[in-house]
Amino acid sequence: MATTDLEPVTETRRTLMRQRLGRWDQKASPYAYIAPFFVVFAVFGLFPIVYTAVISLMDWDTIRNSGEFIGFDNFTYVLQDRKFWLALRNTFSIFLLSAVPQVLVAMFIAAMLDHQLRARTFWRMGVLVPYVVMPVAVGIIFSKLFADQSGLFNHWLGLVGIDPVGWHKQVLPSHFAIATMVNFRWTGYNALIFLAAMQAIPRDLYEAAAIDGAGALRRFVSVTIPQIRPTMIFVIITSTIGGLQIFDEPRMFDTTGTGGADQQWLTITMYMYNVGFGNLDFGRASAIAWLLFLIILVISLINLFITRKFIKSDSSGGK
Amino acid sequence: MAFRKSSAISLSRPNWAVYGALVAVLVGSLFPLYYTLLIGSGDSSTVTDPNLSFWPAGNFLSNASAVISNPAVNFWKALGNSIIVSTTVGLSTVILSTLAGFAFAKLRFKGSGPMFAAVIGTMVVPVQLGVVPLYILMSKFGWTGSLGAVILPALVTAFGVFWMTQYLQQSLPTELIEAARVDGCNLLRTFWYIAVPAARPAAAMLFLFTFVAAWNNFLWPLIILDQSNPTLPLALSLLQANFFVDYSLVLAGVMLATIPLLLLFIFAGRQLVSGIMAGAVKG
Repeated sequence: MATTDLEPVTETRRTLMRQRLGRWDQKASPYAYIAPFFVVFAVFGLFPIVYTAVISLMDWDTIRNSGEFIGFDNFTYVLQDRKFWLALRNTFSIFLLSAVPQVLVAMFIAAMLDHQLRARTFWRMGVLVPYVVMPVAVGIIFSKLFADQSGLFNHWLGLVGIDPVGWHKQVLPSHFAIATMVNFRWTGYNALIFLAAMQAIPRDLYEAAAIDGAGALRRFVSVTIPQIRPTMIFVIITSTIGGLQIFDEPRMFDTTGTGGADQQWLTITMYMYNVGFGNLDFGRASAIAWLLFLIILVISLINLFITRKFIKSDSSGGK
Repeated sequence: MAFRKSSAISLSRPNWAVYGALVAVLVGSLFPLYYTLLIGSGDSSTVTDPNLSFWPAGNFLSNASAVISNPAVNFWKALGNSIIVSTTVGLSTVILSTLAGFAFAKLRFKGSGPMFAAVIGTMVVPVQLGVVPLYILMSKFGWTGSLGAVILPALVTAFGVFWMTQYLQQSLPTELIEAARVDGCNLLRTFWYIAVPAARPAAAMLFLFTFVAAWNNFLWPLIILDQSNPTLPLALSLLQANFFVDYSLVLAGVMLATIPLLLLFIFAGRQLVSGIMAGAVKG
């Protein structure tokens, strides 16, 4: 390669060679750059999920680390287990109680932050503080705030004449408490994502809308929301996927981590963990994991479909 | 012209209601932490005290040292492990995501569209649900209980790739890359000298988010690590199980475990938040 005296012929050959190398570089390098992601995903994401389906059809022996095919027995068992249905109910209930208010409030906060504020970095950092608190810590803190006896929230309710709520006894209050933990942590985070999207909206769109006589609310609905559509879809889908797998907060809601005496706040991931790593029944745990996986897949698709449609019809003629 | 300019500014000028709402949000954000400090600096009766004082009592340090010196909690080891795991995972995610993001955002190659769709598609895959085979895999390799088992699956995320792709699409002029190519710059140099500087604000944000996510991760470490070699969330759950009779100790421990990220946030949060916002405005 390192030729010193160059005849014209080798000169052109070298140029050709370099061009070819360059073209090869341009062609092959992109694949090398994206390969690490796909390798990590294949080994630690895709393989386990697929293999979960295999194990779900097995009676797995955790000592010998091998299994025996038993068909759909694990699924039959799980689908007949009352705990599964309770966990499904709880998971959805907690998810709805968190996702819906969260997205709305996050958009509201983002709209508030999307002003020419004094000390705006301060406000932006302020809403993000809860995000750096561990969910496990949030779970412990709020389990005390929501304590049935002498918890601070029940004390406050007492001050306005409301009887203490059985946050750790009743179904819906426990869901509300856990949803509050989720909202505490994620609302500010999502607000900043929305804010980033809002700030990318050309200001003259607002100006034009204002000249056309649109008020603040109207501008938000007709300009802001259509413009942040991709971000909304992104936030909604990621919060669905995360929300349906909720584990940390309900696990820390009491000291036993079993989801309450009557499974008031047992979630599907908790159920999977308890069956898999409490009872060491890997087959049944895998069946639970796959059922949840299918549920998430279906919900995500429905989600995508609805948000697309809903927001598109809102912004017809926008672009 | 002058009129239009001033009206554009007045559109986004905040009134008292905006500040009022933001103050309310801020109080809601900080109150649970302040409550933690209040209980953590009291004694075992503080948590049930109906007339909770607004000012912290003086026991935080003694409570904290009781937590630290308890061998069952393993606090220093947990702190060290959390720092190792989060730093490694954060750095590798940033590097690998920026590389992939650069390729997806600015390079033309066959199948880039479908492959990017595949990346987004993988975000729908709840990776967390593969814990059973992942556990079997790790135990076959003899990695149960080791930090490597926590780090490896988290080396790069679909979110990171998506994030960097979006950012580079907006903030990196394609002409710059074309110019570099014409000048005979190879792709790796183009990446290093053009894409990486442009990606810096988003990369910093991604590092923070990934670091925090790794720091907070609970389910997988709970499964794969044991009490003798925990991360902080694991140590906290042990703390709650061991000390649930005295919540001033538990919440002192919670505060202690929260302080490192609060410190990181105080030092890094400002630049990161303003960096990401500046990047988004440009686009």
